[in-house]
Amino acid sequence: MSDYKSTGILDKEDLQIPDDERLKEGPVVIMECVENIPCNPCVAACSFDAVEMEEITDTPDVDFEKCTGCAFCVTECPGLAIFVVDCSYSDEMCKITVPYEYLPIPDEGEEVMALDRKGEEVEKAKVTNIRKSGRTYAVTLEMSKENVWDVRGFEVIE
Amino acid sequence: MSERRIFKHPILDFDRGEEFYFDFEGKKVKAYEGETIASALYADGLRKFTESKKLERPRGFFCAIGKCSSCLMSVDGRPNVRTCVKLAEEGMEVERHGSKPNFPEIDIGRGTERKEKDIEIAVIGGGPAGLMAAIVASRNGADVHLFDEGDNLGGQLVKQTHQFFGSHEEDAGTRGIEIGKELVEEARDVGVDIHTKTKVLGYYEEKKIMVEREDQLYIYDTEGIVYAGGAIENYLSFENNDLPGVYGAGGVQTLMNEEGIVPGDKVLMVGSGNVGVIVSYQLLQAGVDVVEVIEALPEIGGYQVHASKIRRAGVPINTSHTIRKAIGEEKVEGAIIQKIDENWKPVEGTEREVDCDVICLAVGLSPDTNFLRQAGCEMEYIGELGGYVPLRTEDMMTTNRGIYVAGDAAGIEEATVAALEGKIAGAALFEELREETEDTKKSKEEAKKGLDKMRKGPYGEVPRQGVKSCTVDEEVCG
Repeated sequence: MSDYKSTGILDKEDLQIPDDERLKEGPVVIMECVENIPCNPCVAACSFDAVEMEEITDTPDVDFEKCTGCAFCVTECPGLAIFVVDCSYSDEMCKITVPYEYLPIPDEGEEVMALDRKGEEVEKAKVTNIRKSGRTYAVTLEMSKENVWDVRGFEVIE
Repeated sequence: MSERRIFKHPILDFDRGEEFYFDFEGKKVKAYEGETIASALYADGLRKFTESKKLERPRGFFCAIGKCSSCLMSVDGRPNVRTCVKLAEEGMEVERHGSKPNFPEIDIGRGTERKEKDIEIAVIGGGPAGLMAAIVASRNGADVHLFDEGDNLGGQLVKQTHQFFGSHEEDAGTRGIEIGKELVEEARDVGVDIHTKTKVLGYYEEKKIMVEREDQLYIYDTEGIVYAGGAIENYLSFENNDLPGVYGAGGVQTLMNEEGIVPGDKVLMVGSGNVGVIVSYQLLQAGVDVVEVIEALPEIGGYQVHASKIRRAGVPINTSHTIRKAIGEEKVEGAIIQKIDENWKPVEGTEREVDCDVICLAVGLSPDTNFLRQAGCEMEYIGELGGYVPLRTEDMMTTNRGIYVAGDAAGIEEATVAALEGKIAGAALFEELREETEDTKKSKEEAKKGLDKMRKGPYGEVPRQGVKSCTVDEEVCG
């Protein structure tokens, strides 16, 4: 476990990660929710029964074979803690879908600055898709594969 | 930043009314219909609203909900007006009078005749707990009157722009502001008699309460009471902590999420519990820079998901840090923070200046229980629940039979718990006064199950222990 309790920053080692084979198959969800908090909207949000939770205070248990990477749950998580990664996209590039509740809203095709879990700039990424649910957006970014475990947000370039 | 009003927001829409001007000490100040005097002045850049009596220290915008006295001014010749709740009107004349106003010869209501009324149930407080109690009792057929001193019902829900946690059967995933609106509508639909801008002043023997509305006093003779008066924000002691610009997280939320005005440009957040990290996120959403979050404990108090959210927006969170001093003469112009060791002692040589114009305190809440104490309910200090709370049965009845409690007044938890406790209190009081019905039985059962769920897990440990220590058998109640 990382020292997230004092930093607020998770590491890949804290997370439930699909195996390489599943990652190669296509988009799949990554839930960055590691504490036993009383919350379960992600279970109801999934149409494929991929998220399991016995008690409301359990952390979500994802069946990566059932998950289609549809990213519907990304906007339904009150903690904005759900991301979707797609490593099957090309040899060098990957896609990552992140929740977004700031202004301004970027346009599809726009170049934005991808940020890591500390809010530090990682690389410029292209917005390939935007979906809105309520007042929360799920924004899909195209960026280098090597940063797939680091990038978890972005900032519009003014 | 010259314009402090928020016109574009990712979550909220601010529907401002007509623009007009009022007079402030000979200067024209812009306001919008529905805006309070204090908000308009704050948006115009005013920071010193009044001053303290003895030392004449500056006092500014503070509680934002008509509780403190930091915003008292003269309005059209009438002194000591709470400008944070008084709406601005075109042509109004407003001026500061410091701590020594001149009182004009006006009738201030002394000797006003009290009006007496008989009612069945009084619910005090229109937040999630009070609304829920009123809804359950009223839909079963009781005559229910709900009293709230504010303009709008919904309690603190009206400031909660984030999606709620919890079970999806209990509104999780819905934003607090929406839950508040739904509860108010439901209360109206089931026939709750709602009294806003109405203050409950005190308790009289035999379940009578004294109430004030528009300078008129009333005595309501009730058969049962649900008290859901909520909580008061905790304060922190440090040098210059009374400077305008040191605010409670609740005041910041009111100004920002209800009035649509940003508190400043650069905020230092003190406290990393859920309130601290959530309000930090709301500040970022409103376009305000949160320069740093500090926390005295070695670990972050709030949920990891909330902390991660602001962390990936680039906000540093420094644990084992405390605030020593606010810098500034008339308003906050910075802060001195310092590391503390495991014995809470400041570590020498670690003082650091933070550039900020707002210091936001998110250091916890205490149950607001004066009414219950006055009503003779037995109280006990329960640290896990934030302070003195009334002893109560599983049905939320206090030791003064017929007086029930729900929400933060029963112990500091959160909105879903408050609503569930309200449900139990409303149903149980109805059963005590009338009879058990299918609905009251079901409401109580479901809500008790819901509470058990919410108090599960490591984060539920503290309230679970706290509630255990103040729950008593019915025989204890008078």
